[in-house]
Amino acid sequence: MANLKNIKWKHYINYVVIAVFTVVFALLSFSGVLKSSDLYMLEKIAIAIMLAVSLSMVVGFLGELSLGHAGFMCLGAYLGGKTAVILEPILGEYPALLVSLIVGGLVAALFGVIIGLPALRLRGDYLAIVTLAFGEIVRSVFMNTSNESFGGSLGLNTPRFDKSVLFVIALVLVLLCLAVTQNLIRSKHGRAITSIRDNEIAAKATGINVTKYKLIVFAVSSFFAGIAGVLYSYSNFTVQSSKFSYNYSIEILVMVVLGGMGSINGSIIAATLITFLDVNLQTILTGNLAVLQDLFYALILILLVIYNNAPSLKGFREKYNIKNIIEKFKQHNPSKIKDDEAKWDRVPTKIEMDEVLSVDVHVSSNYTPDKSEKEEK
Amino acid sequence: MSDIVLKTENLGISFGGLKAVQELNLEIKKGQLYGLVGPNGAGKTTVFNMITGVYKPTTGKFWLDGEELTGKSQEIINRKGIARTFQNIRLFNNMSVIRNVLVGLHNQPEFKCGVVASVLRLPSYFKTEKAMRERAKEILRIVGLEDERNNLSCNLPYGKQRKLEIARALATNPKLLCLDEPAAGMNPHETEDLMKIVRCIRDEHDVTILLIEHDMKFVSGLCDEITVLNFGTVLSQGAPEVALNDPEVIKAYIGG
Repeated sequence: MANLKNIKWKHYINYVVIAVFTVVFALLSFSGVLKSSDLYMLEKIAIAIMLAVSLSMVVGFLGELSLGHAGFMCLGAYLGGKTAVILEPILGEYPALLVSLIVGGLVAALFGVIIGLPALRLRGDYLAIVTLAFGEIVRSVFMNTSNESFGGSLGLNTPRFDKSVLFVIALVLVLLCLAVTQNLIRSKHGRAITSIRDNEIAAKATGINVTKYKLIVFAVSSFFAGIAGVLYSYSNFTVQSSKFSYNYSIEILVMVVLGGMGSINGSIIAATLITFLDVNLQTILTGNLAVLQDLFYALILILLVIYNNAPSLKGFREKYNIKNIIEKFKQHNPSKIKDDEAKWDRVPTKIEMDEVLSVDVHVSSNYTPDKSEKEEK
Repeated sequence: MSDIVLKTENLGISFGGLKAVQELNLEIKKGQLYGLVGPNGAGKTTVFNMITGVYKPTTGKFWLDGEELTGKSQEIINRKGIARTFQNIRLFNNMSVIRNVLVGLHNQPEFKCGVVASVLRLPSYFKTEKAMRERAKEILRIVGLEDERNNLSCNLPYGKQRKLEIARALATNPKLLCLDEPAAGMNPHETEDLMKIVRCIRDEHDVTILLIEHDMKFVSGLCDEITVLNFGTVLSQGAPEVALNDPEVIKAYIGG
């Protein structure tokens, strides 16, 4: 039972971090320290995290390449925004926000299922093309709507909302998104989803309902993309369809890839970092230097990817890895490390030994169940 | 009749003009260790692919425990009780050993826990997770991989990967376990170990086993009955000593 405590802490640390940030920023904003531009950036970060986490479900855990995430967001932004415009005079601010979040999310989820259906037949690059086309179709449909319906090329104006409250709502929604995604991934259903990624044929032969899980993942992922879209429409006061081009889908994908496929925390960090960079470059490089924004943005991205993945930097990374530094620190105080199982999991010596000693040394069927059971306790 | 687990009748498949398997009639009795042998390209794996739903047979039918499963999908056939391993190992490489087995346990009725219950972390989630882990450990114990359960499956040596695949198939609680060349690439020591495990699975876990194997020592030492295939047709059927000494079979293997 002692190890359970350890694992739990590890699993829930991201909630704690985000919750702490939410409280700190909420306090700061109510005491008037934060400017409205800071609040806007926080909203953008929250939206980016939600998009990256939801996309990482499809790309990192289900193993399908989707390039239409901005399309789902676009659906959420327009339909949620429109719902808000209609409902605000009737229901008031908060109920209208709630309803439009639900509407935007559900419509996006519905389209997620519709896109998920071809995903059952298409693989890899082909699915990427279909989702790319989907995103562009959604965008151009909204661009060509009439002014009265969705604003067409002028964009849809959405109700104004108190900035100092909106970013708190956004961060709470991030927590919700994180909870749903993580709980789903860390359950038997999550195992089924990752088994499809690892080997679809074997997953089918093991009786996993591949159809069901692909649709669930697409639905949940696009649901949160839709919610992110609604938040975007609230945060921006206006929805322009040009925002949701495939460039934006790729930007979300970059966050997922940079954060590491199949790592939710990585996606969160990458989303925060990239959005922070983007917003700050826009504020730092103004005037004549504005042309350099994209250049610097691209340059920093390239450097980040190289730092993350280049084999030649492996030694450097390991030397300055926080985990390793902490590990070293712990080794200086041996009292800190006890034989908890979480630690024992990661010790690779056993398997290495087996490889060195060649396999025939290890004869297995004469195990002793009693001994291993005791070990458990 | 009731003790026949798998029955095939005139089972056959052709790819275009090529008749990969034709007129296969098998009757595998409950608790039997049944072997399927034959030279390369004889259609053994194709038979597996048909009875596990990867291919739809073009002719004939097959029944599991009297229930017709011809043309059903892989997932359904697995849930009805036919599990398999693959000739070229197909594990979930990026998962730990125990997680591989847990995926196998996914559809067991006693570990039912809906998506909503999992997301909301209802008590049933914790209960099933715990029970599943216990069961997975038991299954790993059968194949002797309990101590490896937290290692990544792709880091296991080859022989253990094969055993893990068997464990995963066993986790789906099959009536019929199909092993596609389980001893391929194993050294004699490991093969012997594997024979023990296969026998133990049959005897203690009430599973009927159908296996493909090239290692004749393995087959004759283990199987109660075999079918020899060549070019998709049955050459001989019967007890291993009889079937393997059939002149037709010797001709197919050695030539002349």
